[in-house]
Amino acid sequence: MQTLGLRNATPGKLIAVEGLDGSGKSTQVYLLKRWLELSGYKVFFTEWNSSELVRSATRRGKKQNLLTPTTFSLIHCTDFADRYERNILPMLKAGFIVLADRYKFTALARDTVRGCPQEWVDQLYSFAYHPDITFYFSLPLSTALDRILVGRPALKYHEAGMDLGLSPDPVESFRMFQGRIHKAYEALARRYRFTRIDSNRPVEAIQEEVRAILRDRIDLALYKTTVPRGWR
Amino acid sequence: MSRPRTFYGKGIPGVATRDLKGKLIVLEGPDGSGRSTQIAMLTEWLERRGHAVEHVGLKRSTLVANELATAKQGNVLSPRTLSLFYATDFADQLEHRILPALRAGFIVLADRYIYTLMARDMVRGADLPWLQSVYSIALVPDLVLYLRVAPQKLMERYIYRGRELDYWESGMDIGYSRSWYDSFIRYQSELHRTFNRLQAVYGFLTVNGMRVPRAVTRDLQTHIESVISRNG
Repeated sequence: MQTLGLRNATPGKLIAVEGLDGSGKSTQVYLLKRWLELSGYKVFFTEWNSSELVRSATRRGKKQNLLTPTTFSLIHCTDFADRYERNILPMLKAGFIVLADRYKFTALARDTVRGCPQEWVDQLYSFAYHPDITFYFSLPLSTALDRILVGRPALKYHEAGMDLGLSPDPVESFRMFQGRIHKAYEALARRYRFTRIDSNRPVEAIQEEVRAILRDRIDLALYKTTVPRGWR
Repeated sequence: MSRPRTFYGKGIPGVATRDLKGKLIVLEGPDGSGRSTQIAMLTEWLERRGHAVEHVGLKRSTLVANELATAKQGNVLSPRTLSLFYATDFADQLEHRILPALRAGFIVLADRYIYTLMARDMVRGADLPWLQSVYSIALVPDLVLYLRVAPQKLMERYIYRGRELDYWESGMDIGYSRSWYDSFIRYQSELHRTFNRLQAVYGFLTVNGMRVPRAVTRDLQTHIESVISRNG
């Protein structure tokens, strides 16, 4: 039996959503959040964005082209640790359902594609609980690329994976980079037993399936809020 | 014959250790142990003999030094976040300062290295295997010298120089005691015990730092000389 990492030992539940850009995961997690909120459950939403402190460092790093795979990985892990200990962990301890739009697997995929050894990145993030459910929104690479590349004029340097030197053309680089991320995600999905959701369907059908899985795997009654509606 | 140069773990992606011709010499020890004085004297001595010297230390990276200073001001980060911030600072200096200098045949004098970072975190509850994994990116130095000074003696030096006790160097963030004096003594003693533990793992040389500076320098020179003459 493979170890899946640190088991969530709090009264809360941690639900992570992962997948390529364009996989529709943000839409789905938003709808999930609205459903839980409107049904009166204790829910907290968190997404993968940087704190001001880290943003100012990464801004300088990117401008002066200082970031290497190792420092890129470490600075994002620093940022994640801050968010994890400030937002995620306290809410889990308070008994909330925490919905995370991208979690540590986003870093595991990106960093290994950039050349960091997998065991190293795994260990780096080993302090963070393994989610109770990790939804992996999967769809063919070409579909994800089409969704992103339509109507997006400029890709940012790291977003396009330009630092990997795959191609001098940002769009071509982005395609190749996303291809590698896709492969990394597929490997992670097997290793960490993600709950795979076929994302190549209408929004409503996907949401229905996601809600059904949640109802099935989590005793939602335990997470009913006790705060009167007007005070929520 | 000198031993082949290695990293503690897999190291930095894409770095060949064969080209690292210089020497990496680390001086460890608490604040007030005389590190800066000794480094100044050693630099003069090495330069007089025609060696090119590069200096590195903690919180000196281009990437995150400013942010790290800001974060420490308010003590707003959790120990793990701060630890990862320091790891980022270390990795940046390793890749942009230490490795290039060694490639160019410099003698790199490091005013503290991963051991201080590890010891500080361990005193605050971090586990050694996680730290070892994080710092498996580090290069194994040619020589690590630990300037040992008893906590009481350190305190005397602080007072003698009319310096105020430092919040972090007194371990005030840990909450041993509201008394700066008690906290300082307790924290420095814990650090010292932890250094002894690390010494068993990493085998650095201890130098008695409680003597006149000249005598300490002579000791350090003897150790350094044997490393430099190992393969010229």
